[in-house]
Amino acid sequence: MKSANRILAMLFLVLLLAPASLLAQGKTYAITGAKIYTLAGPPIANGTVVIKDGKIAAVGAKVSVPSGAQVINARGLEVYPGLFNAVSQVGLVEVGQGEPGTVDLNELGDFNPQIAAATAVHPASEHIPVVRAAGITHTVSVPGGGVISGQGSLIHLSGWVIDEMLGKKSAALVLNWPTLAPGGGGFGGGGGGFAARRPFSELKQQYEQRVTEIENWLERARHYAQAAEKGSKENFTRDEKLEALVPVVKGEVPVLVIANDDRDIKNAVEFCEKQKLRMILGRGREAWKVKDLLKQKNIPVILGRTHALPAGEDEPYDKPYSAPGELAAAGVKIAFATFDIEFVRRLPSEAGQAVGYGLSHEDALKAVTINPAQMFGVDKELGTIEQGKIANLIVTNGDPLELQTDVRYLFIKGQLTSTDNKHRQLYEKYRARP
Amino acid sequence: MKTKFAMETRNHGERVMRKTFHSLVTIALIASMLPGPIAAQSGNVTVIQNGTILTVTKGTMHKGSILIRDGKIAEVGTNVKVPAGATVIDAAGMYVTPGLIDCHSHIAIEGSVNEGSVAVSSMVAVGDVLEPDDINIYRELAGGTTTSNVLHGSANPIGGLNAVIKHRWGKDAKGMLFEGAPPGIKFALGENPKRSNFTPQPGQVRRYPNTRMGVMDVIRQAFIDAREYKKSWDAYNKRAAADAKNAIPPRRDLKLEPLVEILEGKRYVHSHGYRGDELRQLLLLAEEFGFRVRTLQHVLEGYKIAKEMAKHGVGGSTFSDWWSYKNEAYDAIPYNAAIMAKYGVVVSINSDSAEEARHLNQEAAKSMKYGGMSETEALKMVTINPAIQLGIDKRVGSIETGKDADLVIWNKHPLSIYAVAQTSIIDGTVYFDRKKDIAHRAELEKEKKALMDKEKAAAPQRQGPPGKAPGAEGAPAGRRRPPISTDGGAR
Repeated sequence: MKSANRILAMLFLVLLLAPASLLAQGKTYAITGAKIYTLAGPPIANGTVVIKDGKIAAVGAKVSVPSGAQVINARGLEVYPGLFNAVSQVGLVEVGQGEPGTVDLNELGDFNPQIAAATAVHPASEHIPVVRAAGITHTVSVPGGGVISGQGSLIHLSGWVIDEMLGKKSAALVLNWPTLAPGGGGFGGGGGGFAARRPFSELKQQYEQRVTEIENWLERARHYAQAAEKGSKENFTRDEKLEALVPVVKGEVPVLVIANDDRDIKNAVEFCEKQKLRMILGRGREAWKVKDLLKQKNIPVILGRTHALPAGEDEPYDKPYSAPGELAAAGVKIAFATFDIEFVRRLPSEAGQAVGYGLSHEDALKAVTINPAQMFGVDKELGTIEQGKIANLIVTNGDPLELQTDVRYLFIKGQLTSTDNKHRQLYEKYRARP
Repeated sequence: MKTKFAMETRNHGERVMRKTFHSLVTIALIASMLPGPIAAQSGNVTVIQNGTILTVTKGTMHKGSILIRDGKIAEVGTNVKVPAGATVIDAAGMYVTPGLIDCHSHIAIEGSVNEGSVAVSSMVAVGDVLEPDDINIYRELAGGTTTSNVLHGSANPIGGLNAVIKHRWGKDAKGMLFEGAPPGIKFALGENPKRSNFTPQPGQVRRYPNTRMGVMDVIRQAFIDAREYKKSWDAYNKRAAADAKNAIPPRRDLKLEPLVEILEGKRYVHSHGYRGDELRQLLLLAEEFGFRVRTLQHVLEGYKIAKEMAKHGVGGSTFSDWWSYKNEAYDAIPYNAAIMAKYGVVVSINSDSAEEARHLNQEAAKSMKYGGMSETEALKMVTINPAIQLGIDKRVGSIETGKDADLVIWNKHPLSIYAVAQTSIIDGTVYFDRKKDIAHRAELEKEKKALMDKEKAAAPQRQGPPGKAPGAEGAPAGRRRPPISTDGGAR
């Protein structure tokens, strides 16, 4: 037992010293003796996962270990799909306040469909290893600001260069739905600040103007697509903005519509239906108020932080905690996300908190794994532990949503990846201070 | 030092009590948010039975009972007899902890938390603007927090005076104050006191200081002034003792009075700061003037100066895992609490946010993952340790005979993400009961609808779709508070 511990400790040291992704390129692994939560069926009590060439080669109770595979004895441990923080700012922000040089979030202008997070994600960001240590293996990093902020990109949280990290450059187009909420400071923030209250008529006028602008962009994109396909090649001029909108109007790329107020959500749902857009609702603080509509129209929701204050003094104190459970009970597909940079690693707690107030544990797990994968159309590659999927998975010493749980091993794209990070390094350095 | 002015305590509470409420609608809504009939009045006897009792200081007791008499814990044990007529709360399958204590809060303050126009604002007091109807008092109570250190903001090297409150929801401002809690004051170092110069508006006068050097200078100069001031009062008191008739008192200075109290060890300094080096500078300055800093707040780089903190005897009140939101938080690590504790520093986990204060138990639990703290050590960081830091540990922070009956009943172990507070008790009185809160909601909805209908009928000319007139959707004009950002403006 002691020697086994020593070997584990040595392995850990090796992991500490080795840069992420350097280890075992293309190597075969077998995780054995673990309880495997595939999320594609009931847990496998004493199972094996074989990882080969970046993919899950086999999973089950009676899977044999291929010769030459590195065996990870995970007896007493549990295996889960890697956690998916559905929307974040990972790689786009290093230090939020007072360091604009490290922030690449909001481009100027209101309509920027052409910009993509993947073109600015910083692979050497200190946030990436920190987030990874919490069991989060991939995220959709999104730009903000304006009305159409740009494209959110799915990134795997390991890689020397962006090419190695990129899952999908255009995972969703971010649209900040113009709000009609009273007291809201303006457009573009999906909730806005608290500027002086403006008359409803004025709000409405601005709102309609904004919606018309969005409509026009989509209409032009449709014409552009037509021209690109059927028009003469000589007269065709490339337009980056319209080009980026083409897969959106064709329904190939979903629109992440940021809205909080129930009326805004209803308006956005109606708009997206009319425009035949694939809508994902983002944040959705009052989504619970329109859960039946969301269910009926099959609109999934990526919820903002569960650990939030109620929208008003007269809202039940636990509404942000119970809303995820209410939505799931109504049949709405939900995912959790932090939408930020600072609290990305709190994703498990955001899901866990909702369990205390009514969401089932299984639904909570799905909401940080397979559900967001389905929303972004990557559920064939990610989200469960099934043969053929990308091997993003974590080996833990318990429930991944619980506060004390440790991630013992982490695989990203089939590579055993270090959980060392800036925080652990500073911890080791300063606790050894003589 | 005995002075006349020291005898006059400022009666903050009464001033606040006289405050007028903003609208009838609010009164109705707030009043209806009050917990129903209070289960156990002070003076009555209550027994909490059959719970797992996490006493914090005396271990864990299974199937234990707590006898509460006159708002105090009268007995804790596995064999407590229920006196005739006692109210019995069955806690079978539940966990009981002391009420959680938040050593850094900005709730229950009317208006801004910062008197940012001057670098030294020790003449202002949070207690003058306590707002007893701030809904966050109740929301946090529903998360198990029963005591909060309500602090001035961090815009000034020397900020305003604090108020320690109990979350006695429904009482007036005076009724919120934690009787006998030692007075304190806010200090702040680093980016926040410098921040007034970050983006000055056209025409705005830039405020000294602009550097960390200036911050230390402002504090040092203030204490030099305070020493002089104290000297003049000491001289007066000496003269007055000999010849009361002819002694003329010095002019009273409300800015320097609290600083004199600090020099005399009568007022606690709670200093905001992030970087280890700047916090170390403050400790050195305090040692130079012969006083001890009570707590370093946030102290995200406390792990870099833990040894020096322990030596000075200063407490550390920090966040669990916040980092990177500004430059001075870039070296913040979630192991901070564990390292400070390892060196012998009394450590608490605070909120600085009305949201975070709804789950201090979870924040404390994170130090088990980051740094390997035991359950008890983790729990201490939101109970007895902040009580020690605030000088109220004889009254609250653990479940012991003789202490205030400030207790929380949880449905699961409170260090689990799945635990939900069921009942929060202060001084033996139930101020939050989850079942009652839930049962009350339909009634509230009905009342709200009636109020909205009435308002709509009174203002039929309003535009907008039915039921959605901007002034009529639960947002009484001029009152609806903006949802407070979890980013906490003062951090």
